[in-house]
Amino acid sequence: MAHDTENLAIFRGLLKFKSNVQKIWGVLIFLSIVTTVEVILGIVKPQSLMGMFLGMKILNWIFIILTIVKAYYIAWDFMHIRDEKGSFKGSIVFPLVFLIPFLSWILLVEADYIFEVMRTGFVSWNF
Amino acid sequence: MEVTANNIKEESNPWGGGAKPLNTSYGKMMMWFFIVSDALTFTGFLVAYGFSRFKNIDSWPIADEVFTHFPFLHGVDAPMYYVALMTFVLIFSSVTMVLAVDAGHHMNKAKVTFYMLLTIIGGAIFVGSQAWEWKNFIKGEYGALETKGGQILQFMDAETGERVALEAFAATIDTPRVTHEESNGIWFFGETSLPSYSVEEVTAGFVAHENLVIKSEKIDASGHKIILSREDSLLQLEGAINVVEGANLIHNEYGNRLFADFFFFITGFHGFHVFSGVVINIIIFFNVIMGTYEKRGHYEMVEKVGLYWHFVDLVWVFVFTFFYLV
Repeated sequence: MAHDTENLAIFRGLLKFKSNVQKIWGVLIFLSIVTTVEVILGIVKPQSLMGMFLGMKILNWIFIILTIVKAYYIAWDFMHIRDEKGSFKGSIVFPLVFLIPFLSWILLVEADYIFEVMRTGFVSWNF
Repeated sequence: MEVTANNIKEESNPWGGGAKPLNTSYGKMMMWFFIVSDALTFTGFLVAYGFSRFKNIDSWPIADEVFTHFPFLHGVDAPMYYVALMTFVLIFSSVTMVLAVDAGHHMNKAKVTFYMLLTIIGGAIFVGSQAWEWKNFIKGEYGALETKGGQILQFMDAETGERVALEAFAATIDTPRVTHEESNGIWFFGETSLPSYSVEEVTAGFVAHENLVIKSEKIDASGHKIILSREDSLLQLEGAINVVEGANLIHNEYGNRLFADFFFFITGFHGFHVFSGVVINIIIFFNVIMGTYEKRGHYEMVEKVGLYWHFVDLVWVFVFTFFYLV
């Protein structure tokens, strides 16, 4: 409906497209590049990225960050969040960016604690 | 913006209905809020998966060793390629969907029809691929033994370092044990079909083949499964009580039991979303052909199913990362 008000720039205005259709193909190319990088990293598994950072492998951090980048472009350009009003954008995005990390944090910390208990406790789990 | 007369009415009576707060129609806004709640449901599943994985961080199955199949390439070790292909299929069908939405903005019925059709085909390919993935997962490839404590013992050749299937070494022992059926015996108890080999047959075969060792569930510091020595392998074998081939909700030959449960539940729930998305897309596709939205004056319904379809794609991006990559 509001195709004349669409924002045709991605990467903070670094890349501007002439039409909406062009922008869609541009985003597809970007998403394909990101996915290809993920798959190559997943198959090669470079030893240099096996180091630990904040309790997780650097490689896994890269995967998660690239996934969030992909999610951002799918939501912003395919689902047109970029063109929604600021307050509506906030009512969708804020609950998710608050609740998801919160739930992940609580449960993963708890799971790590249980792992330690099972490892150092006196009960054998392999009988 | 499509009808100017509407706006004048809104200004004179804001409580009379038809007003669009946040510049979005009622249907689109509710689709967005449904998506938010559904995203939280998937979060619950994926975080529960993360919980189980962190709890068993030193023994969780390695995805690269589980999903190694590619169509028409039997026996070739091809980790990840197939799911990567599925990801591309889904992203591409997302693109055709957004092109359909764009064509709808320009009231171009022929283009909307064409792109909707491509989207439906993409979705169908994806669901079919997932079914194939499930088939391989359920059937299994090598088979394994399960100990009393629920650990999985897999077999490999110490010289070549390759996994060995049960049928390659299991001995044949004549045994009167057959699948017990309901129609026999003292009461109406049946059982599920027995595995192709008994524990005794696998054990005897293992003892006879000097080159075999056991690949344990445990992971070493560099992220590889620990391979036991021949002596340790023989010792571990004494605790085995079950032969496991493939996967179901109780046993699976890949490792931790929860792994298969989460695989079935999360990819199944996602596959159900894709399936229902395809069905909804087909309904909208026929509406487009019949000219329903042409008469209505706008293609907003295409936009709404588009939102749902993109969401399904979005979820898959996360499932792909957490099940296959991380």
